Amino acid sequence: MPDLKRRFVIPGEVVGRGNLRAETNVMRVGDKIVSTRVGMAEVAHDSVRVVPLSGPYIPRVDDLVVGKIIDYSAFAWEADINSCFFGILPAQSVFGRDYSPAKDSLTDRLAVADMIAAKVIAFDRTRDPLLSISGPGLGRIPRGQTVKISPAKVPRLIGKKGSMIRAIEQGSNCRMLIGQNGVVVVVGASEDVLKAVKAVNLVEEQAHSPDLTERVSRVLGVAMPSVEQGLQESPTTTEQASDTQTSEKTPPAEGEVKESSDSEMNSAESNEGN
Amino acid sequence: MGKAGGDSAALINEQGLRLDGRRIDELRPIRIEVGILRNADGSAYIQFGKNKIMAAVYGPKEVHPKHSALPDKSVLRCRYHMSPFSTEERKNPAPSRREIEISKVIREALEPALMLEDYPRTAIDVFVEVLQSDGGSRCAGISAASVALADAGINMRDLVSACAAGKVAGQIVMDVDDTEDKEGQADLPIAIMPMSSQVTLLQLDGQLNDEEFHKAFNFALDGCRRVYQLQREALIGKYFGNNGGNSDGGL
Repeated sequence: MPDLKRRFVIPGEVVGRGNLRAETNVMRVGDKIVSTRVGMAEVAHDSVRVVPLSGPYIPRVDDLVVGKIIDYSAFAWEADINSCFFGILPAQSVFGRDYSPAKDSLTDRLAVADMIAAKVIAFDRTRDPLLSISGPGLGRIPRGQTVKISPAKVPRLIGKKGSMIRAIEQGSNCRMLIGQNGVVVVVGASEDVLKAVKAVNLVEEQAHSPDLTERVSRVLGVAMPSVEQGLQESPTTTEQASDTQTSEKTPPAEGEVKESSDSEMNSAESNEGN
Repeated sequence: MGKAGGDSAALINEQGLRLDGRRIDELRPIRIEVGILRNADGSAYIQFGKNKIMAAVYGPKEVHPKHSALPDKSVLRCRYHMSPFSTEERKNPAPSRREIEISKVIREALEPALMLEDYPRTAIDVFVEVLQSDGGSRCAGISAASVALADAGINMRDLVSACAAGKVAGQIVMDVDDTEDKEGQADLPIAIMPMSSQVTLLQLDGQLNDEEFHKAFNFALDGCRRVYQLQREALIGKYFGNNGGNSDGGL
């Protein structure tokens, strides 16, 4: 955006005055608009907001989150979604409307300690967020390594139009699923996963440094030059390679997680990326 | 603690300098660092003269025991604690009456700055651990805790900055240290929200007349404002590197 002024603020600092629309992480005090977080204030011609640089995950409707089932009752599962609020996954949304506790057993579908990719379908802070696992790419996550990062750095990990996630996926030969709650699932061969995790941690540590994508590619390249070379010389080969890998990974029994739809999901998220 | 005001002649010399060489309107050297504890959600370390204090923030998180949760806002819990090695004689680590009281005043000093209604049914824990104590540890603790809360990314209306003033050898001075607190005649710790100019803590131990009080209050206020600048620099230094200020962001 051309007429966007950016500046660092801490809580209590005045971000703007007068007839501006107060968007996220700001509050109005009389004539002034004041930041409530440590972050980057963005002042457009008619609105202001603060992009926070730290903080807990607060669910928002339509967020994709990665959670872990920690409990279940007769009617719902409870999932740890890396937030101060627990996600509620109603049994009806998994079994369908005719769910009956007498007939169906929740543990047949999801057991305690299972990981899920879910969407937040309702949340207003007065009640715990409601999750759903019906939709492309959602459901139980059969395998992979989870990495936690600060939720405030998720947009950076996805990158502009998904550039960062693409760089890491191609550089490490892994598939990644990034939850808005800061939980990342990396799927691939174990040594590839280690590389991807290293890259993810690098992004988290150096989130503010410029040309980070380049630096990440370099780290991945240095770690395994053959992959980097392969990438540069013939991108088509690596694409094919990752395709075959995807088909290898997708187990016939656990078709709930459709790996192929991950990229769609990532690109949808990347609108958040800055 | 009683304010005896014993042999006060030595506390301020003929040149108007105090025991540690400060002028009457001078703060002790202050250093603040942000985000030094990996396991806490937010943390800060402050050196305020000889005080060395760590502040750690955990949360918002689920409340245990569950019945203490509030339906409309978060529960703020504070623990001010002095380590056994923080004083000259070993201090019993069990929370003393004094520490319990200071925990309460720290909570009440921080609460107005926090937007607790944004996190209903949760708890926010603030730990203020005094590693080495000097006078004015509650003020230093509040200043550090507020930086730690900002570091934790909890919505805040403002930071909280704290500083004390007092009466030593018949004179009003800024930022009393341990000896001055013990030998002096009055101690006035205050905490403010600097941007909105509101007082969140005001205590007075000792006696001051009207005029003295106003002078001391303004001294303490001035001290708070200087502490605020250091808090701001510390936060900006951590998140944006020391090029700080308001240049264009690297994002």
